[in-house]
Amino acid sequence: MTPRLLRWLIPLSAVPVLALLAYGFRVNPREAPSPLVGRPAAVFALQTFEGAPLALEAQRGKVVVLNFWASWCYPACYEEAPVLERNWRAYRDRGVVVIGVDIQDTPEAARKFVRDFSLSFPNARDTTGRVSVDYGVYGVPETFFIDRRGRIRAKHVGGVTDETFRTNVETLLAEPTG
Amino acid sequence: MSARGAALGLALALAVAVAVAAGAAAQAPTRRVTEQQVHDVAAQLRCVVCQTLSVADSPSEMASQMRAIVRERLEAGEPPERVVQFFVDRYGEWILLAPPRRGFTLLVWAAPVVAVAAGLLLAAVLLARWTRRRRAAPAAPPVVDPAMQERIRRELESGP
Repeated sequence: MTPRLLRWLIPLSAVPVLALLAYGFRVNPREAPSPLVGRPAAVFALQTFEGAPLALEAQRGKVVVLNFWASWCYPACYEEAPVLERNWRAYRDRGVVVIGVDIQDTPEAARKFVRDFSLSFPNARDTTGRVSVDYGVYGVPETFFIDRRGRIRAKHVGGVTDETFRTNVETLLAEPTG
Repeated sequence: MSARGAALGLALALAVAVAVAAGAAAQAPTRRVTEQQVHDVAAQLRCVVCQTLSVADSPSEMASQMRAIVRERLEAGEPPERVVQFFVDRYGEWILLAPPRRGFTLLVWAAPVVAVAAGLLLAAVLLARWTRRRRAAPAAPPVVDPAMQERIRRELESGP
């Protein structure tokens, strides 16, 4: 090994380490692929803010848009709330249901959020965190698109836009029923 | 009530009691779980909202809810590895604070070992080279040209 080669070898050996670090630090864990996509959606039974029972199983046969939110999640949840409401109204007659699950929140702030945005789709609080864990939720907002057979088909991290909603829902609606 | 009726009633009551007891046993095979056992599992899991802390160390509400789930599953008799797997199934391997020693993440475990080995090898090579050079140096007689030798001799003789 000549000294000249050695002089180059030492800094060069740092390159793979730097590359690994660069890769690791640029990966957002929230965007890491969810192991749940393609798997059956975990069933849950919650109670809406109005006190009505809200069970995922009761929605079988419908395309379900399951949205996790919190009143402190600003601005993303505030931006997507009108989007969800608008699209729920547009699609509800086509066999689509939007379900909102409020996590890590106080009931007062959550109720105010639902009121402020006049959300008419069913919303419930996950008081024990069990639903959040079952869906591997890292933070809010996160949205799951569930097909008619009850399987999770897509996970969206961050605020839902009209386009995200439509693209995912239309794909699932286009699939043959049953 | 006839004797037959009483016997039937007794049998029925007994059957109900057995069924209830069996149901209770099946529903809650609770075992005693210590705080330490919950901690041991929670310490392996990353707190999903704070990310740099473990579920055992995080004061967040999410972490405390996750600890409750860990406790509940341990109490139901699930072995610790299965409880950890429960979270991996939902969050992916990212939830583990220590990456698994296989596949791509094996690199994280192997890299320090490889780096230390490479460093030791390099140090050994360099040390060998330096000692060889130093040992070789005194073997050669010092080269002083005759003019300088002559000058030194003269100055030593002339004295102060």
